[in-house]
Amino acid sequence: MDTHIIERLSEIIADGEMDAKYVNVESEHSAMSVCLGAQATGVRTFTASSSQGLALMYEMLYIVSGMRLPVVMVNANRALSAPLNIWNDWSDSFGARDSGWIQLYCESAQEALDTVIQAYKIAEDARVRLPVMVCIDGFFLSHVYEPVDIPDAQAVGKFLPKFAGPVIDFDKPVSQGMWAGPECYQDFKKEQNDAMIRAMEVIHEINKEFKEQFGRGYGNGFIETYNMENAKYALITMGSLAGTAKHVIRENKIHDVGLIRIKSFRPFPFAEIKKAIKDVHALGVLEKNLSPGLGGALCHEVRGMVKTKNVSSFIGGLGGRDVKIDDFMKIFDDIRHEKKELVWV
Amino acid sequence: MDKITEIRIHGRGGQGAVTTAELMAVAAFKDGKFSQAVPKFGPERRGSPVEAYCRLAKEFITLRTQVYEPDYVIVLDESLTHSLDVTTGLRKGGVILINAEGKKGFGTFPTYTVDANKIAMEILGRPIVNTIMLGAFAKATKLVTLESLVEAIGERFSGPVKEKNILAIKRAYEETKA
Repeated sequence: MDTHIIERLSEIIADGEMDAKYVNVESEHSAMSVCLGAQATGVRTFTASSSQGLALMYEMLYIVSGMRLPVVMVNANRALSAPLNIWNDWSDSFGARDSGWIQLYCESAQEALDTVIQAYKIAEDARVRLPVMVCIDGFFLSHVYEPVDIPDAQAVGKFLPKFAGPVIDFDKPVSQGMWAGPECYQDFKKEQNDAMIRAMEVIHEINKEFKEQFGRGYGNGFIETYNMENAKYALITMGSLAGTAKHVIRENKIHDVGLIRIKSFRPFPFAEIKKAIKDVHALGVLEKNLSPGLGGALCHEVRGMVKTKNVSSFIGGLGGRDVKIDDFMKIFDDIRHEKKELVWV
Repeated sequence: MDKITEIRIHGRGGQGAVTTAELMAVAAFKDGKFSQAVPKFGPERRGSPVEAYCRLAKEFITLRTQVYEPDYVIVLDESLTHSLDVTTGLRKGGVILINAEGKKGFGTFPTYTVDANKIAMEILGRPIVNTIMLGAFAKATKLVTLESLVEAIGERFSGPVKEKNILAIKRAYEETKA
């Protein structure tokens, strides 16, 4: 899963193609700890994980975002045990939903590459200073072979100049990640939330800038719409599911259902989604995630802001179960019929 | 969008079914097509039945499901046909390419047979047949060119492994009768 990414990086670094230090660790908890410490001295850091590995990082995820360190990681989305399962769903990163990391979900291998480049620029922006988790569907995207345009290193260097700090200064020592009592802890949390909200404009700007330079953009940076021009109904989903949804809409010449793909799950693009659904009669949310006792967490967030339209809820693809072409046709029908009960795809 | 051509590869864990799909995708891309290779999401143990898929199209492929109704089936190991029906979901007029000693038939499906084990033992010294089957596939279907396959193998392997695989793939191409 993530091992492909890390193995290849170790080769690139060992071959001297990348000016970086590769640190072997004994666990994911340590991997994120090393990123934390290294980032705090003033260098760019990267790691990748998935599933139980991300779960083991959990404690450190909060510390990295709380210390406002712009670490970038890729999470190859996979299910959590038990029962033991190594396949794709979003349980792992949804578990880290409230850890204060920006979460960007990708639809293709190309978008994964482009988003990692953008992620550093977003994370390091002085208005943001938050870590970014680039989420790619395990197997569907982590194990796919497909054409990817790898941008020229010089062009990437122009878009993303060398890390500009802050860098550790031994003449002016500072403490980081210090004690914060009841008198100020909440203020730090408010600042984190404010930074997350400011990240909205930064994500938007950087998506635009990337498109200008490399010719590829992903919607407005937060959401991407497809076939929404005359749509009476909308399907909201994320990740690789959106690719199959586009295929089904295109191949079946469907005019009444459009697609809204959420790319930025945190920060959550409330205003953008609201705008996108303003002309539809009803909508549905398809997600590879379950909050037991609630249902789909993504659907719950959408329902929270859509009071006047029916929002059908679909949970599918848990533990790698394939969401097939016929499933999408049924989902579209259920949205049209304003299905009220949770549907297990 | 023009129809996507879908290929399903049956093998046993360790025989290189996933590599077959990946090399095919790379070669087809070199030929100017859009392609996508994915493994079947299932247990991968040495010797157990595994599947991998390749899609080919004229435009970028956004479909991200597993393949259920292939246009072509490649069988790397004949013994798999004893325990599973390799024609499952195969489209009408779909084509089968199988590694077997004698002639094999699957109902009305056009079937190509290649004794890949023999070529593999003679050239590679090991019964690894995936690249050989790709050579046979190129000849039988014309979906990928031999030149692009050789290039893809050249990028994937190095040294004697690369040279021997290129030799093997060329021989399979020669020996497969369309």
